[in-house]
Amino acid sequence: MTGLAASPAIQVQRSGRRQSLHVGEQSRLRRGRLVGAGSTRVMLPVLVLAAWQLASAYGLINPRTLESPLAVGQALIDLTRSGVLLDSLIASFNRAAAGLLLGGGLGLALGLVAGLSRAGERTYDALLQMLRMVPFLALIPLFVVWFGVGEEPKILLIALACVFPVYLNTFSGVRNVDPKLIEAAAVFGMTWPAIATRIVIPLAMPAILVGIRYAMGVALLSLVAAEQVNASSGIGYLALNPRAALRTDIILGVVLIYSVLGLAVDVLVRVIQHFALPWHRNLGGNAR
Amino acid sequence: MKHRFHDNAIEIRGASKNFGDRVIFTGLDLRLRRGEFVALLGASGSGKTTLLRMLLGLDCIDAGAGDVATPRSAVFQEPRLVPSQRVWRNVLMGVPASRQSKDRAMAALDEVGLNGHANAWPGTLSGGEAQRVALARALILEPALLVLDEPFAALDALTRLRMQDLVRRLHAKHQPGVLLVTHDVDEAVRLADRVLVLRDARLTLDLPVGDARDPARPPGVQLRARLYAELGVTHPSQPDEQPAGAVRIPEHESI
Repeated sequence: MTGLAASPAIQVQRSGRRQSLHVGEQSRLRRGRLVGAGSTRVMLPVLVLAAWQLASAYGLINPRTLESPLAVGQALIDLTRSGVLLDSLIASFNRAAAGLLLGGGLGLALGLVAGLSRAGERTYDALLQMLRMVPFLALIPLFVVWFGVGEEPKILLIALACVFPVYLNTFSGVRNVDPKLIEAAAVFGMTWPAIATRIVIPLAMPAILVGIRYAMGVALLSLVAAEQVNASSGIGYLALNPRAALRTDIILGVVLIYSVLGLAVDVLVRVIQHFALPWHRNLGGNAR
Repeated sequence: MKHRFHDNAIEIRGASKNFGDRVIFTGLDLRLRRGEFVALLGASGSGKTTLLRMLLGLDCIDAGAGDVATPRSAVFQEPRLVPSQRVWRNVLMGVPASRQSKDRAMAALDEVGLNGHANAWPGTLSGGEAQRVALARALILEPALLVLDEPFAALDALTRLRMQDLVRRLHAKHQPGVLLVTHDVDEAVRLADRVLVLRDARLTLDLPVGDARDPARPPGVQLRARLYAELGVTHPSQPDEQPAGAVRIPEHESI
């Protein structure tokens, strides 16, 4: 390179050529990296599965401790064929939906009121912050005492767990709306109810949806806990079914279902976000 | 009280305002006729913003009497558009919903040259475009009083000049009483019929612009020099006009 530096004309030409080459190379690299990233992501899980399958096939793992991936797959197929899986999913979905609706609705209402009025915040924000810190699983025995072993304690437990993420995100979403915007709306003669419904709540919507996304995750989590208490249906019951006590294939199958459901919930909320908040999508660098 | 001063957009007598021990202004008289374009100059912290908030009904005076004509509207330094509403909806912020309201919004956007952006989201507009939407939103109400709170301060120099021309043109068309709050002496003289200076808690200067608009001719030079002196600034091109003991502060303050 030092030899080239003596001749600027050549250097310019060379650097020009280098640059154009570089652009082409870079875009190809970027594409390659995308593909590479995808395959790297999949590679490790596939390797682990393969190693697990091989170890099981050669008798290195006791099937009583851990069944092979193929056995887990077979168990899932059997559960699907017999209709047990679908019934369990429906039962669980109903509970999760009821709990989410109940708890999320309450959290939304409380968050909106506390966000819009100082009086609401003063009245119950401290109480909710205290309750939030209680690990809700600790309440299961209490819920059983209060509500028995039917559907109520399960749905209420899920509802309770869903209140807080929705409440907190709604509250902060409402409070984070630019006060200058509200001031402008007041100058232009908008009434308080109109400001709340047409400006504050729509602008708090992204935060509210984040809260709902968290709540959906929490609902799934509390579903597991709730359905392991005296349940006779649902995927949590499926995992804890006495007959499945020694069936690690079924237990692992249910774990797999949970992870797929978790992923599905996340994708669902992202899709909702995308379509419900068209203005939020292109709120790029020059956002005000 | 409301309809006694038909010709006045603002009529304030002896207004005072304190924040604790701090006197924002005291014994302030201000009259602004409909159709008149008045600029209010003052350094930061001189109470311009507080006065403005009172005119917009966001704050109240401690003493004195005042009457502000309605409808009134404002353009602020930031566009303050609602990001979740399309541009034409934003223009209708102060307009009661009706069947013709979208047509009205389109007409208002047409005036500021933005009817092509009616369905855009505010987040996709440039600073100048957003500010023009804010202007359309203010003018659609046919305000008796239009308050402009440093509306050009955040714009680049070229956009600012274009925006100033637009404001002058639309003022001539709609004839609202305009109170333009600004730091910029040149801007004030270019646009306003009358220039006020708020200093030491009162209006210390009230000068008609008249034939002094042209900065190259003697009346214009003199008026500017006087305003700069009143604001306590040494005007770069008028070093001899500086009164003794004037405090030097930056001509354009960062906001």
